Amino acid sequence: MNNLQRNKIKDKAFKYFGVTCTFFGIFILGVFLFGIINDGVSRINWDFLTNLPSYRPKKAGILTAWTGTLWIFGLTAIFAIPLGIAAAIYLEEYGKKSWFANLLEINITNLAGVPSIIYGILGLEIFVRLMGLGGSLLAGSFTLSLLILPVIIVATREALKAVPLTTRTASYALGATKWQTIWNLVLPASLSSIITGVILALARAVGETAPLIVIGALAYVPFVAKTPLDEFTVMPIQIFNWISRPQHGFTINAAAAIIILLAFVFVMNGIAVYIRIKAKKKSH
Amino acid sequence: MSESQSESSFKIEAKNIDVFYGEKQVLKDVNMPIEGNTVTALIGPSGCGKSTFLRLFNRMNDYIDVFHKKGEILIDGKDIYRKKTNVEELRKSVGMVFQKPNPFPKSIYDNIAYGLRIQGINKKSLLDEIVEKSIRQAALWDEVKDNLKKSALALSGGQQQRLCIARTLAVEPSVILMDEPASALDPISTAKIEELIQELKEQYTILIVTHNMQQAGRISDKTGFFYMGDLVEFDETQQIFTNPKNERTENYISGRFG
Repeated sequence: MNNLQRNKIKDKAFKYFGVTCTFFGIFILGVFLFGIINDGVSRINWDFLTNLPSYRPKKAGILTAWTGTLWIFGLTAIFAIPLGIAAAIYLEEYGKKSWFANLLEINITNLAGVPSIIYGILGLEIFVRLMGLGGSLLAGSFTLSLLILPVIIVATREALKAVPLTTRTASYALGATKWQTIWNLVLPASLSSIITGVILALARAVGETAPLIVIGALAYVPFVAKTPLDEFTVMPIQIFNWISRPQHGFTINAAAAIIILLAFVFVMNGIAVYIRIKAKKKSH
Repeated sequence: MSESQSESSFKIEAKNIDVFYGEKQVLKDVNMPIEGNTVTALIGPSGCGKSTFLRLFNRMNDYIDVFHKKGEILIDGKDIYRKKTNVEELRKSVGMVFQKPNPFPKSIYDNIAYGLRIQGINKKSLLDEIVEKSIRQAALWDEVKDNLKKSALALSGGQQQRLCIARTLAVEPSVILMDEPASALDPISTAKIEELIQELKEQYTILIVTHNMQQAGRISDKTGFFYMGDLVEFDETQQIFTNPKNERTENYISGRFG
């Protein structure tokens, strides 16, 4: 066997190894999804979506959980998106290269990797206790905003970086100021990448449990939150709570709630992918 | 030029220009008076300082941290490096076309309208009028008139470069700086751009950096030869190409180095 043949065999072997790895992941996910859907799909009906929590599994619903998740989603978006994008614009476009900028940069990258429960502890101390917000939607969404800010900042900076220097130079040469260039040219050109990053970050926030438990989100909330200062629960906490109960009925409820949460996150990721594909088509 | 001409008759004047990038001096005591409605070619081997010189006139070197200069650049008799110079205003009257076509990732129409919109001009009828006029001036109208909403990135390289020229014309500058505008283009597009430069001369004062000797000979009234940061020779193009005074100029033009 000569070298060429050996290389070809290696090439093929690696390809099949890669395919196997890929399908292994998909297979596990498939088994999991099948189990969940098998258990839970028959439980999903209008009552399940509109009922308040209850001690009887058959009567219990996820109204407070999904409205809480929507609240958290909306509030977190309101706080984190403008802050994150503005911070990224400053760091990428205005910040001068200095030791301080470098320090900031290293810290933001590190923050993106901090375990979420740490953010929960931070939120508990600052928002719940110091600012006296209690276990409210506001405290929860502040905490989650902190959690996803680094992700949004990093994604936005990458998007801004992708706008070529020659495009900016052309804008300056026409007499545009820096802000005009950013607003009229750089942001529109990078918007789809920014939106993709933001949606993925928000999808992460929606799936978080640990930091919200730490700040005191409740498992049992017998009312729908009406203001950002109300106490709340969210889907992942509801699921976590139901799974830890002994009755079989609650396990089925949890499976049904998982399907709905998954659907929500899948739709969000789907939108992100759609925006990216559309933007790619547009730029070619 | 006649002896009696006063200094103020020059559209542009570079006086005793020294440019430094940090410690390194890249232009040495350059003096260049330029009359209005002329084409001036800046030639010389790579790294001779001609592009740096060109970028002095719209202050594009300001973005380089280590850049600093001595001497004056006068446009219409005023030093553009005065403290009170509004750089944005300056760049509206001194347009620039770059080496590689750099249209914005927007439609053809929006590319041209960009320079006007940032000045706060938003009236549709006015924009329509200027967009058409500019594209016509850049000899691109017949090729794009039915597709103004199409992305500028879908145009060919030569069309993109004419679009960039049209974009520059739209803000009605009086001076146009061109940094090797045809070096990335095929011969036919190059010919079109050269023809265009000849027409634009009627209304604008043009400075063009080029590596193409024939091009400099064809399109310019005056030529400046730069070498290692010195303006070695600056004269009528005819003179430079047929009877250069300096030996280095002669060697460069005849292709013996560079």
